[in-house]
Amino acid sequence: MLKRLTLAAMLGLGVATGALAAGERSGGTLVFTAPYGSSFATLDVQASPNTQEEFITQAIHRALYSWDSIQNKPVLELADSEEVSEDGTTHTYHLRKNAVFHNGKPLTADDIVYSYKRIANPKNAFPGASFIANINGADDYIAGKAEEISGLKKIDDNTLEITYTGPINPGFPLMQNTTVIYPSNVEDESSFGKNPVGLGAFVFKEHVPGSQVVVEKFDKYYEEGKPYLDRINIVLMAEDAARDVAFRNKEIDASILGPTQYQAYQGEEGLKDHLLEVAEVYTRNIGFNPAFEPFKDKRVRQAINYAINSPLIIERLVKNKAYPASGWLPISSPAFDKDKAPYAFDPEKAKALLAEAGYADGFEFEVTASPNESWGVPIVEAILPMLKKVGITVKPKPVESSALGEAVTTNNFQAFIWSNLSGPDPLNALRCYHSRTAQSACNYTSYASPEFDKLYDAAVQERDPAKQNDLLRQANNIVQDDAPVWFFNYNKAVMAYQPWIHGLVPNANELAVQPYDEIWIDETAPDSRK
Amino acid sequence: MLRFTLRRILQVIPTVVVVALLIFVIFSVVPGTFAASLFADGKRAADPQMIARLNEEFGLNKPLVERFVTYVTDLARFDLGTSFRTRQPVIDLINDRMWASLQLAIAAMVFALVVGVPLGFLAALRPGSVLDTVTMVGAVSGLSMPQFWLGLLLMYLFALQLNWLPSFGYGDGSFRNLILPAVTLGVTPLALLARTTRAGVLDVLNADFIRTAHSKGMSEVKVVRWHVARNALVLIVTTVGLQFGSLIGQAVVIEKLFAWPGIGSLLVDSVAIRDIPVVQGTILVIVLWFLVINTAVDLIYAAIDPRIKQE
Repeated sequence: MLKRLTLAAMLGLGVATGALAAGERSGGTLVFTAPYGSSFATLDVQASPNTQEEFITQAIHRALYSWDSIQNKPVLELADSEEVSEDGTTHTYHLRKNAVFHNGKPLTADDIVYSYKRIANPKNAFPGASFIANINGADDYIAGKAEEISGLKKIDDNTLEITYTGPINPGFPLMQNTTVIYPSNVEDESSFGKNPVGLGAFVFKEHVPGSQVVVEKFDKYYEEGKPYLDRINIVLMAEDAARDVAFRNKEIDASILGPTQYQAYQGEEGLKDHLLEVAEVYTRNIGFNPAFEPFKDKRVRQAINYAINSPLIIERLVKNKAYPASGWLPISSPAFDKDKAPYAFDPEKAKALLAEAGYADGFEFEVTASPNESWGVPIVEAILPMLKKVGITVKPKPVESSALGEAVTTNNFQAFIWSNLSGPDPLNALRCYHSRTAQSACNYTSYASPEFDKLYDAAVQERDPAKQNDLLRQANNIVQDDAPVWFFNYNKAVMAYQPWIHGLVPNANELAVQPYDEIWIDETAPDSRK
Repeated sequence: MLRFTLRRILQVIPTVVVVALLIFVIFSVVPGTFAASLFADGKRAADPQMIARLNEEFGLNKPLVERFVTYVTDLARFDLGTSFRTRQPVIDLINDRMWASLQLAIAAMVFALVVGVPLGFLAALRPGSVLDTVTMVGAVSGLSMPQFWLGLLLMYLFALQLNWLPSFGYGDGSFRNLILPAVTLGVTPLALLARTTRAGVLDVLNADFIRTAHSKGMSEVKVVRWHVARNALVLIVTTVGLQFGSLIGQAVVIEKLFAWPGIGSLLVDSVAIRDIPVVQGTILVIVLWFLVINTAVDLIYAAIDPRIKQE
């Protein structure tokens, strides 16, 4: 098992809880926290792209693919096997014959066709439509120009053929919570929002809006012997401080930690040995707008990267709950270049570059920032004196987080600080630097490099994963050299868990999202959990 | 009395209309949209097509005036609209949360009344005594203590150290889950009630008619029961009314801290993601709640002291 651990998994100090667990025990209740808000938007998870809804998705639903945190890649979930055509565009799926929905309906190809059509239905305006857009004919269907999605073809009840627009890895888009499979025999689709029916290991039991969702073991789940747990209470806990008290009081079984708590837990007996850590696939950065005159010059952007002491900020402010960034693709990405060093802290070099670029006397710029402690105003305040030393004056422009997204996508900024998805799919992550990608999509810094485009386009066509990753690695290094952003850090996600919990995995996509069917609790758990 | 009641109820209508308009204008000019909030955490790339589809579905691409007309027309039909996020009627979302909010507000007020009024009364009857000093110092502390911090303190003490009560959540709606958030929320009105009761009672005790009552040989118990309590009641009812009215609004912090599923936390979440119909609906309900309580207080005044309705 250890051989299968990837670099990302190795980084997880607590990974042994997941990979080496033995002596699984059935029964009991898991009290799991959904830590990002005070409510679930909806129980119809196809309608919501938020992480908050992923906590319900993991329990109740299944998609065609799922994320394997140990292998660090998407794997087949609802099919036993797939055959791929020579050109890599047509996949034939042999569906599981033992998968049954909670309403008793066995899974067939019709359910997948129905679900994908529902997601792409223009009347629904569902966020998952962009993931389905990789299927041939989906664009026409989404635009209301076709009655069917031509790339979806049912061969028989247990065989489905999907033709994609290119030789992509369909696992990444089709493992999302917004692309889960619903049963096609439910008459009133609106019932999915209140009474969800899925293929997952747990059956929906109860939703107390604003408080919790309760699920119970599904006896007909297709994985033999699973799930181990009888019941999960997925409780809503947005406040760090409240989560801390509840965790210490053993009322909850897992808690996501912020930088301050991380530091505190590391120093306490009984807590420090039960921390699960992983390098998540997000890159914190300050993006420079090339429409702002000084940022047109690559030397200025590089100078800023040299002028800031990132490791110091990570140590003092972020309490070491991050890894210094050496480029766009993070440590957990299969195309991460471990030989590439981050920009060194070198104020003298920064000054020289600024002088070369004609800014020896410096200049002033504004950074649009949310209040986030790890990638917001506090970080901008920390870089103020560092940039002042090389003559640059920085002004934070505080905005609320939903206003940040709007400002960036409407080109209403000089610079912005943000944490952006940079994995797990390196092809998709680097698409944001292709000159054809609109700024309003994710090319927020309006990056354009013919050299990058050439490597990226070659990677899109490349079917050998090793060669594709090599091309993407080179493309990533061009971005690092051009410095359209200040590369700050990759998030280190940390979860504290109770000692009686087993089966947690270092999920680099989002550590708080765990495979509930793998989790079990031992006999040391308090009576309320047994 | 009927005319007075009707007049007070009719006064509520223009207030609701003005508040509704203000909310609309404010949330039309603040930066940030629901569609933008979907990728505000940076966990997915922005999708311009999805943004366009959502803006069209929710009518956000229409001119402000047209949106305003739709909003007012819907409101006139008592339709609070549909949530952007859940795509459910706003009224359903509020209904889901209202009972929890009412439970919290009522429990907090009962706690404040049961503890605050007797303490204020006793303090006033024995001015300068140890009880008086302790009550007033406690009241000032209660008023000045940030609720968030107090909540954490209570959590730490009663959940973590003593292990008497759960630290968070609604549970199965049991009374044990209600105690800590209700006490935290009730401390401010308790302190205010203790202070106003003390001041009100002292005021009455120094009035001429009390001296007259004493000089006529009326017993202390009777003086307090017949004169002091009744006269101090107006002041207490005012404080209770104002505090009870604003409790649901004040509960926002408490609900977030204790993961209590009231409309306060619904409001905070909805503001953060710019789910404007829910924000508008929730604020309107909170305002309406305040107005209804205030009107009820006015009517109670009038019943206690007939001079008030003539004014």
